[in-house]
Amino acid sequence: MRKGRLSSPRCVVIAGLFLACAAAASACPAAAFPHAPQANAKEELLALPGEIGRSGGRLVIALRDEPKTLNPLTAVDTPSREVIAAMQADLIHINRATQLTEPALAKSWKISPDGLRYTLTLRKGLRFSDGHPLDADDVLFTFRVNLDEKVHAAQRDLLTVGGKPITVRKIDAQTLVFLLARPDGVEERLFDGLAILPRHLLEKPYEGGKLDQLWSLSTPPNECAGLGPFRLKEYVPGQKLVLERNPYYWKTDEKGNRLPYLEELDFIFVPSADAQVLRFQSGETDLISHLGAENFSVLSRQERGYTMADVGPGLEYNFLFFNLNDLSDKSSPDLARKQKWFREVKFRQAVSAAIDRQAIVRLVYQGRGAPLWGPVTPGDHRWVDATIPHPPRSLEHARALLKEAGFSWSTASNGDPTLLDSGGKPVEFSILTSSSNADRTKMATLIQDDLKQLGMHVQVVPLEFRSLVDRVLQTKEYDACVLGLASFDTDPNSDLNVWLSSGGTHFWNPSQSHPATAWEAEIDRLMEQQLSTPGYDQRKKLYDRVQEILAENQPMIFLASPDILVGAKSALANIHPAILEPYLLWNVEQLFFRNGAESANR
Amino acid sequence: MTQHRKLARWLIVLAALHCVIVAAGFFAPYSPIEQDRDRPYLPPMRVHIIDAHGHFPFRPFFYPLRLRENSFDQYEEDPATAVPLRFFVHGASYRLLGVVPSHLHLFGAANARIYLLGTDAYGRDQLSRILFGGQVSLLAGLLGAGVTLLLGALIGLAAGYYGDWRDDLLMRAAELFLALPWLYLLFALRAFLPLAVSPLEAFLLVVVVIGMVGWARPARLVRGVVLSVKERDFVRAARGFGASDLYLLRRHILPETSSVLLTQAAILVPQFVLAEMTLSFLGLGVPEPVSSWGNLLASLQQYSVLVSYWWMYLPALAIIPFFLGYLGLASALQERSSPYKIDEKSSWTLS
Repeated sequence: MRKGRLSSPRCVVIAGLFLACAAAASACPAAAFPHAPQANAKEELLALPGEIGRSGGRLVIALRDEPKTLNPLTAVDTPSREVIAAMQADLIHINRATQLTEPALAKSWKISPDGLRYTLTLRKGLRFSDGHPLDADDVLFTFRVNLDEKVHAAQRDLLTVGGKPITVRKIDAQTLVFLLARPDGVEERLFDGLAILPRHLLEKPYEGGKLDQLWSLSTPPNECAGLGPFRLKEYVPGQKLVLERNPYYWKTDEKGNRLPYLEELDFIFVPSADAQVLRFQSGETDLISHLGAENFSVLSRQERGYTMADVGPGLEYNFLFFNLNDLSDKSSPDLARKQKWFREVKFRQAVSAAIDRQAIVRLVYQGRGAPLWGPVTPGDHRWVDATIPHPPRSLEHARALLKEAGFSWSTASNGDPTLLDSGGKPVEFSILTSSSNADRTKMATLIQDDLKQLGMHVQVVPLEFRSLVDRVLQTKEYDACVLGLASFDTDPNSDLNVWLSSGGTHFWNPSQSHPATAWEAEIDRLMEQQLSTPGYDQRKKLYDRVQEILAENQPMIFLASPDILVGAKSALANIHPAILEPYLLWNVEQLFFRNGAESANR
Repeated sequence: MTQHRKLARWLIVLAALHCVIVAAGFFAPYSPIEQDRDRPYLPPMRVHIIDAHGHFPFRPFFYPLRLRENSFDQYEEDPATAVPLRFFVHGASYRLLGVVPSHLHLFGAANARIYLLGTDAYGRDQLSRILFGGQVSLLAGLLGAGVTLLLGALIGLAAGYYGDWRDDLLMRAAELFLALPWLYLLFALRAFLPLAVSPLEAFLLVVVVIGMVGWARPARLVRGVVLSVKERDFVRAARGFGASDLYLLRRHILPETSSVLLTQAAILVPQFVLAEMTLSFLGLGVPEPVSSWGNLLASLQQYSVLVSYWWMYLPALAIIPFFLGYLGLASALQERSSPYKIDEKSSWTLS
């Protein structure tokens, strides 16, 4: 059914250690790695399975925006994170293809039975991209700055477990102990994405209180170092950011060739999605991801030197929600009247029953997506609750629910029904969508037509994204809204702020001091409980219950999840698209151009 | 006399075009907002006269299109079933001129749907949407031109007749209005309005906005005419006999501006239709699901639509005959008036 699906990733985690010996180093052709430092016998490198490549070549990737910073402490925007992911490394890493953890800078780890003590052992002999050696002090430093309130690090919350920051102790140059105040459900996944920082470069600025301004795009390359496969080479404002191969990178292929294969990564800035498609089509860029279904089919219709792939449903879920906030006296009485409907669970269930999810998948995603009845997409097979019912669209059922809730109908002279509430007022409301997102506007238009058949008069209001967010989270002046979320990780904790009633993105009623309803209180309790429950099975049971409560109460009416659609030059090898970000670049160190097929543009 | 015939010819053309739009419900086979969710982006269907065996059936017919397997938007003809085209069929209800309820449509088919101009992303009939969209766009153009000319005529008369500081004030205001970046102003204006605007409110908003923005140019033209007319002998004579200002304006000056106003009207209507299209294209016009020529074209903002579905361009062609009609009318009107009224012609070029 799906066209051009790439072979499923076979990157099984062979997390074995590879001790690069002198023999391996000499087997590696010297010409291939002109800058490679002498591999040293004490280096504990990681060997990756996969196609053995050839070195050289330049990969060109389009970014939608210029990255704001190269500083992993303060980066929150997607372009920055995408670039930083290629420049930095973490202790333990989630393999984007298998969605499981595997050793990275830490070659092994141990968790104590009570779940409070993690012991990690670092690889020996590793060096930062500027050649400076890595040791346990760098890890200590990394945790110190991440946990320092004055730095405002983005990951600070994740490293605060049970209200207390994680304590780190150095045992020896290679061994570290992490002490937690209470067990953490995510266990070692906690270390994923936490870039280990070079103390020798950052300690002085940190003590001077200037750490958060450090590593802007215009930083001289020799003042910026990391443990990732690439390091900064050049930044041309408004045009491109160039990374070059890190000669000290700590991964090799199975033959012992030091990775990465590619000589250079060029990130060029192409603001619109359509322009990105054109650049990719003309061969100017080598990869494309975050594709909409329509552009995907345009590209697949005339594949010229590139391969398109439908990876299946990702983690993005789109939903409709109603304004369930407690209103202040200032808000309009009109909204208070409408909220009587919105608060009625049968009303929400009726809306859900009337929505034609199959049509959304077909018309919005051209069939490249999955209908949703809960927040967890089929792509997240580890956590999805398969027992949640998938009732087909039923207008009769919807009408029965509305009747039970005290609604009635009147018929206009032209035969169109109008739904009336118990007070005899017609049911009319508006749905906000982001005007920059054509997909969600389309969804809202389909819902508008679906609900018209129930006699509800709905207006679709496309708004600029920032004013939409402002209305939903700040002023709370709206009736209903269609939004989407894409988690970074499959773990339930990545959306904690959405499900907890105190969460800032608990969209239908954010930042509550007390849970407004009994079921929201139960979700709070279950989410808190799974936070500190170690072990997948136990947590899955708790999270399943959360999904069931959501499906029953419909605070969000889940609509559909789009497939992850990507494309890459056919000459690129080792492409294994994943449903976790970065879809194509997660194994950038292994990508290479097959013989004579380097991108010959520019 | 040929000038009169020319004028009549253009008027007939325009009347015919407008009749089609006014009676959109009759000429359109379906409701413009009805979604056929199994047939998104269906290409225009072909109407056949001779069938596959070379026979010539009495009625024109078409082959229904079916979705090619494993495809979202690739259709193929199903030559097994020929569906005859029927005329004067009963179908979706509509109201002629907004009042007379009716079910009669010019054409249609039994047990199959005919999409002469294809369908859009939601499977809505493009032909029906263009015809009904024309109602919105043309009405906005006509009403907008009406508001503009009314305002322009009043302000132009006042400025030209009373002169002095009033003239200065009004003409500086006109210059200000001409210089305003009104598109950005509209974006700002839209932000102050309530969130959900019903289609009718949005429509009126568009008309008012177009009318408010456009008055400066006709006002300057009218002022020019008035300036020259008020010094003519017959006006002076009337004033000498004690005619009041209002009488002079109504009886002697306003009639002299009529040909300017008529020509302006013929030029402004298509311009304002285009203005409505611009506003709707940018999402400031009537909201979904109501169609207008502008929001029908809005989907072309997407690259994929631009390269994949050529029939989405068709609404852009709809405006061409109307443009030609109105501009032909304008030039016929101008020709008619110019040989006798040389003064006015020179005053137009002045302003």
